[in-house]
Amino acid sequence: MRVLSPSIRLAALAMLCGAGLAQAAAFKAVLIAPDDDPRLDRNRLERAYLGHTGGPAADAVRVALKEAGMELDAAGASVSFEVVNVAATPEAARAAAEKAEKGGATFVLTDLPPAQTLAVADAVKLPVINVGEASDALREKDCRARLFHTLPSDRMRADALAQTLVAQKWSAVLLLTGPSAIDAQRSAVAQAAIKRYGLKLVGSKPFKLSGDPRERDLANPALLTQGSYDAVWVVDSDGEFARGLPYRTVLPRPVVGDAGLTAVAWHPQYERYGAPQVSRRFTRDAKRPMGGHEWSAWMAGKAVAAAVVEAPKGPAAAVHQAFAALELDGSKGVTMGFRPWDGQMRQTMLMTDGQGVVATAPPDGILHPKNKLDTLGGDAPEKLCKARG
Amino acid sequence: MDLTHLKLRRTVGACLLATLAGLSAGAQAQGVAYVSSEKDNTLTIVDLKTQAVVGTVATCKRPRHIRLLPDGKQLMTACGDSGVADVIDLATRQSVKKVPMGEDPEAFDLSPDGKTLYVSSEEDGALTIIDIASGKRSQVEVGKEPEGVKVSPDGKQVFVTSEVASLVHVIDTATQKVIKNIKVGKRPRRFGLTPDGAQLWVTNELGASVSIIDTRKLEVVATIKFEVKGARASDITPVGIEMSADGKRAYVALGRANHVAFVDVAERKVTDLVLAGKRAWGLGLNKAQDRLYVVNGLSDDLTIVDVPAAKAIKTVPVGRVPYGVLVVE
Repeated sequence: MRVLSPSIRLAALAMLCGAGLAQAAAFKAVLIAPDDDPRLDRNRLERAYLGHTGGPAADAVRVALKEAGMELDAAGASVSFEVVNVAATPEAARAAAEKAEKGGATFVLTDLPPAQTLAVADAVKLPVINVGEASDALREKDCRARLFHTLPSDRMRADALAQTLVAQKWSAVLLLTGPSAIDAQRSAVAQAAIKRYGLKLVGSKPFKLSGDPRERDLANPALLTQGSYDAVWVVDSDGEFARGLPYRTVLPRPVVGDAGLTAVAWHPQYERYGAPQVSRRFTRDAKRPMGGHEWSAWMAGKAVAAAVVEAPKGPAAAVHQAFAALELDGSKGVTMGFRPWDGQMRQTMLMTDGQGVVATAPPDGILHPKNKLDTLGGDAPEKLCKARG
Repeated sequence: MDLTHLKLRRTVGACLLATLAGLSAGAQAQGVAYVSSEKDNTLTIVDLKTQAVVGTVATCKRPRHIRLLPDGKQLMTACGDSGVADVIDLATRQSVKKVPMGEDPEAFDLSPDGKTLYVSSEEDGALTIIDIASGKRSQVEVGKEPEGVKVSPDGKQVFVTSEVASLVHVIDTATQKVIKNIKVGKRPRRFGLTPDGAQLWVTNELGASVSIIDTRKLEVVATIKFEVKGARASDITPVGIEMSADGKRAYVALGRANHVAFVDVAERKVTDLVLAGKRAWGLGLNKAQDRLYVVNGLSDDLTIVDVPAAKAIKTVPVGRVPYGVLVVE
C-alpha cells in the first residue's frame, strides 16, 4: 500500500467503493472563536503576560491536524478544519454551532467566553471542546455531558501552585486580589486550594492599579506587602499589576500566581519528553512561541485526529465514543485523557517564572489513590458536575 | 573467566599508563562503556573492570544514539544539535570524521555492508538516507518525531518508529518508499531484532508495552504489557531495549518505573525486574552477556546489573542527561 495524500486517497476510494464510503472516511472539525477578540489586541499580545493566549487558537489546531496527516492517511481517513468567527453574543455562538452541525461537523471546538461556550454546547449534539476558557463553572455547576476542556481550569492552576508551595514548605501565604469579577472568582479558587493543601492564609488584601496618592494603600506594593509571609500569591487576570510585583515586596519573598511563579499548560522552554520538537514545529508554522493556550488548542486538534484514527470508518458516534476514552500523548511524559466526571483533560502542569520550567506539578510526594494527575482540579468523589452524573 | 580477568586487568593497566601518557596508546580501547551525554557534549568512558569513570571524549553537540562501526575500531554518535554524526577512533579517542546527517538526527542504523546510513530526522519527520562515501542524502517522509531505526539483516528493508503517529513504517531500501505502516502502541520508541531477524520488538513508551512484529507478515503478532509492583501503569514508560546475543532474552528499560524487565523471548513473559536509576532507558550488554549497563536519564548515572543474579551491583555517575551506552571489549 502506498501512502497517498488525503485527496488522492479519497478520490481512489470513491472510485472503488462509491461516494458513500468516501464520505464516511472524511470528518470535519469547526472552531468557533470571537470576532474582534480583545485578547488578541496588539498591545495585549505584546505584553505576553504569563498564562495569557499568544494568538489565534486556529493556528495550533491546524498544526496538530497537519502533524496527524500521516497517521490519518494510514488509517484511511481525513479531517477537514474550518474556523468561524462570531460576534460576542450567545445567539451568534449558537447560530454558528447549529450551522456547523448541519454542515456535517464531527466536532465543534470553542475559544469563547463562558456564556458563549455554553450556548454552543447547548445548541449541538456533538462533542464541544473548549480550548481557551479556564472558568471552573464550566467544569462544575455549568458543566455539560458533551463539553470537554483541554485548557487547564483555574482550579488546576491553583492546585498546582499550592502543591508547589507545599513541596517548598512555603506555607504562609499573603493573597492579593485584583478588582475584577473574574479576579474575585479566581481568588476564591486560590483560597480553596490554599486550604486544601494545608497552607496558611496570613493575609488577604485587594489591590488596584492606580497612581492616585489617596489610593496608595491599594496600589503600592510596599504598603500591600507588609507583615510576615513566605510567599505572595497575586490574583490578577489583567496582568499589569502582577508583572510589577516581584522584587518590590517588603520582605525578600517570592511572588506566585499571575506573576513570579505561574502554573501553565505549556512553556516553550520545556525540555523533556520531546517537548522541544513540539514547540519548534509550532513556532515554524505559526511564527510564535507555543504557550499554554497554544498547547491546549494543539492538543484539541490532536485529540480529534486520534479519535478519528480509533474509528476511521465512522460512524460519527463511534468517533465520539473513542474521543471520550482517549489516551493521549501530549509530550509531557504522561498519558492524558478526559476525566469522565467533568470532561477536563487531565495533565501535568508546568511551573514557570517566564524564563524556563522550574518544576512540574503534581510534585513528588503528592499522592492520589488512582491517578496523581487527578489531584489537580475537581476529583470524581466531589461530584461537582451533575450533568455528567 | 580467569583469562578475561587477566586481559581486563592488563587493559586497565594500559588505560592508566595511557592516561598518564596523554591518551596515545592503542590498547586502552578494550573493556569500556561509552555513555553519551546530551548536555555535556561528551561521551563518558566507564571502565568495565573497575566500574569507574576513566575519562571523557569530546563530541559534536548533543550526542544521542551511539554505536560501533562494522570495523570495530570506530564508533559513531549522532548529534541532535550539530546535525552531524561524530566518528570517534577508539584507539585515540578522538573525533576523526564528521558525517553530515541533516537537522536534528536522533537514532541511526547502517546497511549490512556499512555503506549506507539510515537516520531518523526528528526535525523533518523523515528518514534520511546517506551514502557515506559520497555524502549524498535523500529523505523519505515518515510520521512526526521518528526515533528508532533498524535495518533488516538482508538490508532490503528499514523500520522506523514515529512517536507521534504511533506507527512503525516499513521502507523498501531499493525504492526508498514506505511499503507499509504498522500500527503499534502509543509513542513507539526503539527496536530490538531477534538474531534470526524474524521478530522485531518495539517499545511503546506511553503504552507500557512492547509490540512484537512478525517481519515476514509485517504485522503485530503479540503485545507484552509490563507491570511493576508499586508503580502505576502511567509510570511504566519503556524506551530502551536490548536482545541477548542468543536471542533468548530481551531486556527492556521501563523508564520512570526505574526498572529493567528481563523478558523470555519464546514465552513472551517477564522473568525478572531489576531496580535501576531514575528514568532507566539506554541499554547495553557485555560480550559475556553477564553484565547489563543501564543509562538513567533523570539521575545522570549508569547502573551496572549482574545478569545471572538479576541484581544491580553498582551505579556510576556519568554526564548530564545521559542517553545511550555502547560497550566495547
